[in-house]
Amino acid sequence: MTAPRTDHAGRPVVAVTGIGLVTPLGFGVADNWAALLAGRSGIRRIARFPTDHLRTTIAGTVDLPEEAAGGRVLTSSERVERIAAMAAEEAMAEAGLGGPRGGFPGPLMLGMPPVETEWPVRFALAARAAPAEPRYAALVEASVGFDALWRTASFAGVGERLAERFGTRGAPIAVSTACATGATAIQLGVEAIQRGEADAALAIGADGTVQPEALIRFSLLSALSTRNEAPEKAARPFEKTRDGFVMSEGAACLVLESLDHALARGARVLGILRGCGEKSDSFHRTRSNPDGGAVIRAMRNAIADAGLSPGEISYVNAHGTSTPENDKMETLGMRAVFGNHPDPFGPPISSNKSMIGHTLSAAGAIEAAFSLLTLRDQRLPPTINHDEPDPAIALDVVPNVARDAKVAHVLSNSFGFGGQNVCLVISGDAA
Amino acid sequence: MPHDVWITGIGLVSCAGEGRAAHAAMLAAGTPPPVDEASFAPFPIHPGPALELDRQIPKKGDQRQMEPWQRLGTYAAGLAIDDAGARGLVGEMDLIVAAGGGERDIALDDSVLAEVSQLPPEEGAVRLNALLASGLRPTLFLAQLSNLLAGNISIVQGVTGASRTFMGEEAAGADAVRVAAMRLAEGRGSVALVGGAYSAPRWDMLLLYGSGGLLRRGAWAPVFGREDAPGAVTGTLGAFLVLETADSARARGAKGLARIGTVATAQSRRSPADTGREAMAQAFAHLAPRLPAGTLPVISGATGVAAPTALEREFLGGLYRPLAVRAVGSRVGWGVEAAFPASVALAALALSEGRVPAPLGPLEAPFEGPPTDMLVTGFGAWRGEALAHLAAIPAADQPGGTA
Repeated sequence: MTAPRTDHAGRPVVAVTGIGLVTPLGFGVADNWAALLAGRSGIRRIARFPTDHLRTTIAGTVDLPEEAAGGRVLTSSERVERIAAMAAEEAMAEAGLGGPRGGFPGPLMLGMPPVETEWPVRFALAARAAPAEPRYAALVEASVGFDALWRTASFAGVGERLAERFGTRGAPIAVSTACATGATAIQLGVEAIQRGEADAALAIGADGTVQPEALIRFSLLSALSTRNEAPEKAARPFEKTRDGFVMSEGAACLVLESLDHALARGARVLGILRGCGEKSDSFHRTRSNPDGGAVIRAMRNAIADAGLSPGEISYVNAHGTSTPENDKMETLGMRAVFGNHPDPFGPPISSNKSMIGHTLSAAGAIEAAFSLLTLRDQRLPPTINHDEPDPAIALDVVPNVARDAKVAHVLSNSFGFGGQNVCLVISGDAA
Repeated sequence: MPHDVWITGIGLVSCAGEGRAAHAAMLAAGTPPPVDEASFAPFPIHPGPALELDRQIPKKGDQRQMEPWQRLGTYAAGLAIDDAGARGLVGEMDLIVAAGGGERDIALDDSVLAEVSQLPPEEGAVRLNALLASGLRPTLFLAQLSNLLAGNISIVQGVTGASRTFMGEEAAGADAVRVAAMRLAEGRGSVALVGGAYSAPRWDMLLLYGSGGLLRRGAWAPVFGREDAPGAVTGTLGAFLVLETADSARARGAKGLARIGTVATAQSRRSPADTGREAMAQAFAHLAPRLPAGTLPVISGATGVAAPTALEREFLGGLYRPLAVRAVGSRVGWGVEAAFPASVALAALALSEGRVPAPLGPLEAPFEGPPTDMLVTGFGAWRGEALAHLAAIPAADQPGGTA
C-alpha cells in the first residue's frame, strides 16, 4: 500500500525523519527512552550554585561535560544553545539530512526561553567598570566591546548561530509561548511545509534556565514543588499530594519533512505530524479559565486538524506539570474531549514530567519526541510517583510502570502561562 | 486560490503621538521628531507620549500587572482593533507578537550589584540569593516575560485565537507580519493581529544594544546622516496591524487601508562570503513582478547603524529606478521588534491618505500625487533583512464600491 502524500485537507503530509533528545535523564534518544520506560527520575538536588535562602533546592539539570570537568558554569543562553545543537546534531544524523557543514532544505524554528543579561555577566561588567560605582550607566560604558553580553543576551543570537552551524534556510524564527513553546516551534515547521514554503524544517525546543533568579521567580509565583527532601519524588503529576512543578532543562529536535521529500530520498519515516491545534485563554496570567474552554478547544482543534475524531486517539502525552491547578484543568479537558471515548476512562494519559520535570520551553518538543518513541515501540511510558490517587482525577495515568499498548494516534498537550495552549496529534503512519 | 489580505486597522504609538490622525500629521509635516538627549546621555532617545491607559486597559488591576513595555503594546493593540472596528472579531482573531524582554527592576539590580560585587565569589553567590529572594516582586516576573505581552493582549483585549510570540529584534517583527499574512492568504483564519512594542527609556535595553555597538551617541541626526557617529536612536514605539482577508472585510463593510502583498524575509551572515546582497536580491525577485514602473516610494526601516544602512543604500541603488525614500527611523526612531510592523503601518496609512510622506532632509526625493504601491524595507541593526509590498486598494474594491 502506498501512503497518501496529502492529508484530508489536501496539504502535504508532514513526516518526522530525525529525533534528538537531551534531558536530565541523559544525552541522546536511546538513553532517554530507556530511562523513561524504566521509570527513572532525573530530578536531583541543585549542585550548580548555592541554594541557601531558596524555597526550592531541587531541579532537573543538564550539566555539560565541560562543566562536569570543572569548567565555568554556562549562562542559560549558552546552555540553551549548546543543548539545542546537541539535539539537532542527533536528529540530523538520524535523518541523514543536512549537517554541521550546512545545506538543510528548510528553516529553523527554535522554541527557546527569553534570554537576558545574567548575573555573572553583570558582575563581570561591574568589575570592568570599577572603580566607578556599578550602576547601569557605568555598566553601559563598560559593555562597549564586551562581546559576551550581546552574544548571549540578544534574542536573535542563539538562532543565528544555530542557523549558521546547521545551514538552515532563510531567517530562523525564535518563538516563545511559555510552557507550550516547544509545541509551537513544531507547529510553525509543520505549517511552513504544509503551505509549500519549504520541503523540510528543523524544529527545536530548548531550555536551560536553572539559575538562581529564575528559580526564585517561579518560587514567588508559588509554582514550584518544595519537596526538597526527596527530589526524585517531587514531580507527581495527577497524584493527590502534588504540590507544584519541578524546574528542569533539556532540548529536543525534530527533523520535519514533507512525506514526498522523505520518501523520494529514501529516508526512514519515524512518524507523522498529523495535526496541530491552538487556542488562547483570556482569563488570567497564570491560571486557566475554570470552565476549561481554551484547553478543551486546543485539544479539539488539534484532533480536528488531524482529520480524526476523539475516539481514534489511543494515548495522550499529558502536559501534566504536577501543579494542583494544571492537573485538575487537564483532567477537566480530558473528560470533556473524551467523554464518548470507547474506554470509559478515556485514552490512557501519562506525564513525562514525573521523571524529567518541567523543561519549560523545551517541554512541547521533548514530549513530542517521546510520543514518537511511544508509537515506534507501542509502549506507554509511566507516570511515576503515583502513590495516592486523587479521587478528583478519574484517568488512567499509566501509574508507575510502563506497559505495552496498541498506539495509532497520540495527542500531546502543552498548556502555557499567559494562556497559550498548543496540542499536537502524532501518528505512526499517514493512513 | 490564495486570499487577498488587507490591512484594516493600525494601532500606532510613538513620539509623534497616538493613533491615525497624529501619525498622518507627522507624515505630512516632514519635520524632525521630538528627542530627549539628556536623560540617557550619551544616548539620545525618542520619548513616547503620556498614555491615558484607562482608554485601552480599563482595569487598574491589569495595569498593575504590567510595566511600561507591556502596557504600551497592549494599548497599541487595542488602538489597532478599534481602528479596524474589529471588536466583534477578537474571539477568533489570531495573534502574533514580536517581543523583546520586559523591564528589569533597575533599582534592585543597582543595589544588588553595589553590595555583591564587593564580596568574594562564594559569599557573593549566597548573598545574591538572599537579596533576590527578598527583593524580587512576583508581578515583575510576569511583566518581564516576553510571551506575556501576548498574554495581556488576550486578557485585556479578548484576542483568543492562536497566540504566538516571536523573539529576535527586528527580524521577529518582520517574520510576525510575514507569517500572519501568509496564514491568512492560505485560508487559516480570516483575521489576525500582529505587531510589537518597544519602550525606549530603559537602561537595561541600552545596556544590551550598547554592547552590540548599535547605538548612536551624541546629538540626533536623520538616519542617513549619521556618518559621524553611526548607530540607532531608540524610540518608544507601539505598532499593531489588523490583517484581514478582503472577503472578511467586505462582508462586514470594513474599509482597508492597503493591500499587503508579498512579505519576504532573509537572514544573511553579513560576512564577506554572505553580505546579504544575494539574499535581498532573491527576496526582491518575489516582489518585483508586481511593482509598477515610475518612481517607487520606499518606506525604509534603516536604523543608522553603519553596515545595514550601507547595505540598504547599495540594495536600493541596485534597483536602478527612481525612488522616493522615506526613513521611518528619522521620524520615530528605532523601535526594534516594533520597527517593521510600524513601517508597514505607516506605509498603509500613507496609501490610504493618498500621499507619500513629506521629505525629511535632502536625501528624500519629492513625490507628487497619490502612490499606488510602496516598498517597505527592514535591514536589521544586527541581523535580518525584510521587504514588503503594499498596494493602494482601488475605491471600486472597497466595500460599497462598484467593481
